[in-house]
Amino acid sequence: MGWSRYFHRKRWDEERARELEAYLNAETLENIARGLSPGEARHAARRKLGDPILIREEIYRMNTLSMLDAVIQDLRHGIRLLRLNPGFTIVAILSLTLGIGANTAIFQLLDAVRLRTLPVRKPNELARIRIANQNDTPGISTGPQTDSTYPLWEQIREHQQAFSGLFAFGSDGSNLTTGGQVRSADMLWVSGDFFNVLGVVPALGTFFAATDDKPGCGAPGVVLSYAFWQREYGGDPAAIGKTITLDSHPFPVLGVSSPWFTGLQVGHGFDVAVPLCSAAILRPERLPRSDYWWLDIMGRRKPDWSVERASAHLAAISPAIFEATQPTGYSHDARKYLANKLQAVAADTGVSPLRERFSDSLLLLLATAGLVLLVACANLANLMLARATARERELAIRLAIGASRNRLFRQMLSESLLLAASGAIFGILLARALSSFLVSFLSGDGGRMLIDLTLDWRVTGFTAALAILTCALFGLTPALRATRTEPVSAMRAGGRGLTMSRDRFGFRRVLVISQIAVSLALLVGGLLFSRSLRNLLNVDTGFRPQNVLIANVNWAALHITDHDLLDRLRAVQGVDAASSATIVPLNGSSWTMGVRFDNGGHGPSKFSWISPAYFKTLGTPLMEGRDFDDRDTATSQKVAIVNQDFARRYLGTADPIGKTFRTEMEPGYPETLYTVVGLVRNTHYGSLWEKQLPICFAVDTQYPKAGTSHANILIHTSAPVPDALSQVKQAISDLNPAITFDLYPMEPQIEASLIGERLMAALSAFFGGLAFLLATVGLYGVISYMVAQRRNEIGIRMALGADRLGVVAMILREAGGLLLAGVPIGIIVALMAGRAARSMLFGLQPNDPLTIATAVVALGVVAISASYIPARRAARLDPMAALREE
Amino acid sequence: MPKRGTPPLQGEVLQGTLDLLILRTLVTGPAHGHTIAYAIERRSEDVLQVQHGSLFPALHRLEDRGWIASFWGTSENNRKARYYRLTPAGKKQLHEQTGRWDQLVQAIGRVLRPAED
Repeated sequence: MGWSRYFHRKRWDEERARELEAYLNAETLENIARGLSPGEARHAARRKLGDPILIREEIYRMNTLSMLDAVIQDLRHGIRLLRLNPGFTIVAILSLTLGIGANTAIFQLLDAVRLRTLPVRKPNELARIRIANQNDTPGISTGPQTDSTYPLWEQIREHQQAFSGLFAFGSDGSNLTTGGQVRSADMLWVSGDFFNVLGVVPALGTFFAATDDKPGCGAPGVVLSYAFWQREYGGDPAAIGKTITLDSHPFPVLGVSSPWFTGLQVGHGFDVAVPLCSAAILRPERLPRSDYWWLDIMGRRKPDWSVERASAHLAAISPAIFEATQPTGYSHDARKYLANKLQAVAADTGVSPLRERFSDSLLLLLATAGLVLLVACANLANLMLARATARERELAIRLAIGASRNRLFRQMLSESLLLAASGAIFGILLARALSSFLVSFLSGDGGRMLIDLTLDWRVTGFTAALAILTCALFGLTPALRATRTEPVSAMRAGGRGLTMSRDRFGFRRVLVISQIAVSLALLVGGLLFSRSLRNLLNVDTGFRPQNVLIANVNWAALHITDHDLLDRLRAVQGVDAASSATIVPLNGSSWTMGVRFDNGGHGPSKFSWISPAYFKTLGTPLMEGRDFDDRDTATSQKVAIVNQDFARRYLGTADPIGKTFRTEMEPGYPETLYTVVGLVRNTHYGSLWEKQLPICFAVDTQYPKAGTSHANILIHTSAPVPDALSQVKQAISDLNPAITFDLYPMEPQIEASLIGERLMAALSAFFGGLAFLLATVGLYGVISYMVAQRRNEIGIRMALGADRLGVVAMILREAGGLLLAGVPIGIIVALMAGRAARSMLFGLQPNDPLTIATAVVALGVVAISASYIPARRAARLDPMAALREE
Repeated sequence: MPKRGTPPLQGEVLQGTLDLLILRTLVTGPAHGHTIAYAIERRSEDVLQVQHGSLFPALHRLEDRGWIASFWGTSENNRKARYYRLTPAGKKQLHEQTGRWDQLVQAIGRVLRPAED
């Protein structure tokens, strides 16, 4: 039986009809020739042939794929039913779209930052070399994940045997000059074997080879990323061989990497890849230092080396490697450094600070979105049950006249299948919009975030699975219950019962109770995260970021000092204070040194070298003593201003003026005796999340490394921020147009550091609200249904003298009962789920009673109001009309 | 779904052989349903009474298997009629099935009249 036959059944049938007609005509003619009258002749012909309709039906059936046909019939039936109830259909599809869309969007992000493997050859062979529990690695680190110094990399490369190929890499920023314009470019430091070991091929030109990467190589060349090549050179093949200037050093362009290779760091691409040896000219201080952590190491495991075996091997060679690379010039870290152990970890999905930063939030959000979908399903199941009950009689009749239960079951299920499929399709569309919105939200104004959001099989599969699951969740039970009914009992009961039977209603109550419980838990979650965000926004930072501008200025090779710059800036109209600082508060950077006291005490303290008027610029009150001023020069007594926490913790006094302490020796930072000359209020240093820390401020004229050519400058202005930005820009350019700088207001910068928290607050509040809305609709539906079912009973009660208030109270009692059952379960769920969220909350506990109480009250008020509508409807019932209806 | 109104056929053997008879009839040239029905009756000297109604599903089945093909032509009475002709596949099938039929007849014959051996 061919498919074409199947789809052309109609035409075939017409053909057969004509053929049979032709037969009848021929037979009739012959019968007339045999001497029959025309009428008799026709009758005789019909008798000879049999019923043409039956013959056609037989042929039609031969053309039918009966299974498929039944399915199509069921679907058609489903579509017709859904179109008859547009309200129900829209609500159902909308809630599924929201549920499935939210889940898919978050899954898509999670997939992109967590699950997707690198687009390189055999990514599962890749492993990263890390330092286990990295915390005893003294020195400077360029990022939160950097695991290696250059000497360490050399040692590992020489001594390891677990990897067939090994490479080091690190990301960095540089100033890119093209045609006199200076911009920042994302630079990727790579060892010579980088592309080769990864198995990435050039889209154009060549890559450097391992032999290119040796000390003293100078500037052998760079490899551009495909995106950068497209952006900067418009994809022009002539780019190969051209020169690109990085931090004032010219480099020839050797090649362009393949389009799908965007680096090893998820969410962060690169513009140019530069061989490590070129650091000798671009970052000369880094190569020899054993305390400059700027590299990561990855390699391809040899075929028979598992990650565990590689780890064991690395651990075995660790002592010798750390012995050989021990940083010098540190006073007490030596033994701790030597105790470090190397380990191998699977790296098939690349490295990602994004993953570490967001994956907990995303997992929690996925769970939340999943619960929302569950609430939506419960709602739909409820609606479907109500519809099934309303159709009970119809189904009973169909069963009685011979419809098979199987077929009815399939029919009811196909209706939910249709809804789930539509929900999934719209959900995918919604997810696309939602996930790209989320990505732009997460990247903020500042950084580009490179996330691949193409729909792959995993995302599509996830959505399909969701659709099937939801369909089963909300369609199966109603379908099973509806078709399990005995026709006789259903027909007898239909419409005649005075009160509803408890048993049929029980399941719907369970659904509503669980909806109330889940939505309460989600509501608590949403409130917790919103309040946590508010707490963070209201943190007393100890300074005033409003109207403060920050300029990162670089004046390499120009004869300028930061004091020239500050003087020029102070002259700008509206600027009432300006100061430099090595650390800009709350931008994540940090400088810690060990401090020792005469009484033998010691500990860590945050440091920042500032110029006078820093506290005035940021509005931090000086509690005791004096600010830095012109008296403090490179040769005068070394002075420090400490914060309250430093004074309390280390000096044991609220009046530390005149006390002294020593810093511990570090390379470039000799042991120094400081005298405290001032005390300031506690301020936040690196992030809003941190607790109070001891901070020591020293004066920039006494900074141990003189002659730097860059600075962070903080400016307070009384002028409106946009005007001030353009005036400051002008002033810096006026001083010398060759100065490169980056200028931005401080306040948005601080807010941007709370992106993850904002996302959690916004999405969890949205999901909480959504679940809340769905649960309210569910409750409303159940109460309305109950009122409709009990019309008779209510009518009789009223006829017998029940007053309207009594009826309202009766209905509300019902709703209250459901609430009372759901709320405690919801609180328990919220408390259990809260444990997972504890570390993400700031300034409140997950079991915060006020939050839980607020959620309960809100849910209670809305739920009772929603039930009041059907209750009032019941109370307005005309008893006579209700009774007459029967 | 209940089966309805399949016209009664005269036993399973006949249903299987109806296809063979149709194919054999078409060897002499294209013919339409009415002609085929009468041709079978005539050639069997009216021993085989074809239920004319069952002829058409059989024709459909044969066409579906690709053993016969159909076209609209003009009948001897100058009327439109659907003609069937034998396809090469149909010829081969006829040959095979005739052979098998002969074997069957001989085998049955041997069973029914063993004495003649």
